[in-house]
Amino acid sequence: MAYSERVIEHYENPRNVGALDKNDASVGTGLVGAPACGDVMRLQIRVNESGVIEDAKFKTFGCGSAIASSSLATEWIKGKTLDEAGSIQNSQIAEELNLPPVKIHCSVLAEDAIKSAIEDYRKKRAARQSLEKGQ
Amino acid sequence: MALKFPIYMDNHATTPVDPRVLEAMMPYFTHDFGNAASRTHAFGWHAEAAVDASRESIASFIGAESGKEIVFTSGATESDNLAIKGVAEYYGNKGKHIITTTIEHKAVLDSCKRLEKQGFEVTYVNAGTDGLVNPADIERAMTEKTILVSVMLANNEVGSIQPIAEIGKLTRARGVVFHVDAVQGLGKTPFDVRAMNVDLASLTAHKIYGPKGVGALYVRRSKPRIRLVAQMDGGGHERGNRSGTLNVPGIVGFAKAVDILQREGVAEAEKIRGLRDRLWKKLVDALPEVKLNGHPTLRLPGNLNLSFAFVEGEGLMMAIKDVAVSSGSACTSASLEPSYVLRSMGLDEDMAHSSIRFGLGRFNTEEEVDYVAELVTAKVRRLRDMSPLWEMHQDGIDIKSIQWVAH
Repeated sequence: MAYSERVIEHYENPRNVGALDKNDASVGTGLVGAPACGDVMRLQIRVNESGVIEDAKFKTFGCGSAIASSSLATEWIKGKTLDEAGSIQNSQIAEELNLPPVKIHCSVLAEDAIKSAIEDYRKKRAARQSLEKGQ
Repeated sequence: MALKFPIYMDNHATTPVDPRVLEAMMPYFTHDFGNAASRTHAFGWHAEAAVDASRESIASFIGAESGKEIVFTSGATESDNLAIKGVAEYYGNKGKHIITTTIEHKAVLDSCKRLEKQGFEVTYVNAGTDGLVNPADIERAMTEKTILVSVMLANNEVGSIQPIAEIGKLTRARGVVFHVDAVQGLGKTPFDVRAMNVDLASLTAHKIYGPKGVGALYVRRSKPRIRLVAQMDGGGHERGNRSGTLNVPGIVGFAKAVDILQREGVAEAEKIRGLRDRLWKKLVDALPEVKLNGHPTLRLPGNLNLSFAFVEGEGLMMAIKDVAVSSGSACTSASLEPSYVLRSMGLDEDMAHSSIRFGLGRFNTEEEVDYVAELVTAKVRRLRDMSPLWEMHQDGIDIKSIQWVAH
């Protein structure tokens, strides 16, 4: 199967590869997929006090389309509010990367990774707030 | 010598036609174009003579008694279908049990699956973690109803060379027909149908530097005589076993490919084994967490099947796109399931996803091996730096201890 130019571009020059400190209160981490299925994505966001994603990083075990989907996802969510980022649909990622039907699951995983990172951040924040109230 | 790109290291999938083979074939497309079944003129006689000489070469190469035991087909898929369905149909009244293995080619497995729908019972024997079938498992599976055992000479993914002679003893003692899919092993590992008590053997030209679209089925004619029901109706070619005008240039090319192997095969296997071992050593020395799939020594000389842990196979292939290899990764198939061969050997699914099959062949060079070793090393390192699993592994986290959610 031939890859689209956009997949190749992201695969060869992935944006935002790396890690953020998952114990940092301003960081949300999403880890989705499974090694047995051949793809695992970890997507992390750093969120500022006004709820805007200031930084995003990813690491992905997977095929070229999976790596490209996560790279694109980090690029798109930077500078967005949590709600904006959370509304990104897998179909937008698939369209942007011109993914063939057999690779749509890569874009689904990227959407899941974004949502999972946001959820993690919100949980951490809620836990912290309830802790603060309790004090 | 300067490297030429892309580099081909997928010789289990197919091989280029050797220029000597092509040269031998050429006259049979144009000047000697006759139909081997034309009995009334010189064009036909010429073609028939060429086909018969080819039969003899191929028969002698596999230790058969006579060229009459060679039935030409369109390739190994057809040979496997003809052997399995043809035997089942002929001997089905003696019993309806067939034994094969889980690591066979789909042409064998799916022929068996079809027979299951027609009332046959099939036992699929597992290979061990080394990719080898244990003859004792075949013996245990045999019943009074068993009519056919089908086991490959060498596996196409991990190259494991099966104990054909030992299985042949068992089937001969029980009077069970023994079919061997010899496609991958032919010319690369010893194969002798009489010494090994093989009754039927599937062969193909395009894995041994011959043309695509031509294969053969060896059908034993004596001690015992094996009978088949033809699966193709028509003019009754090939002694009624396979109707259809013979592919004369293809057959001539097949025989030429065999002749070359007969003369050069042993030395060639040693050369290829040397290249394979060089590639293996370079990769294992440079990279941690690389696992060899299959048996360390009982494998085809050109086969190197490795799992680069924490890196996904298709992702790696994309990184080395100037090198043609294949992967047991799910992503290379529409099914999204990783290689059934690796899984049936008990490999963890993540390691199956991480597998790459290098298939070295006649035309590979040391320079190519060195280039590929360096490229793969660099790309595996790069992809591991991008892999969350590698990071976890470095941090001492066992990825098996995590509750992953399958998707």
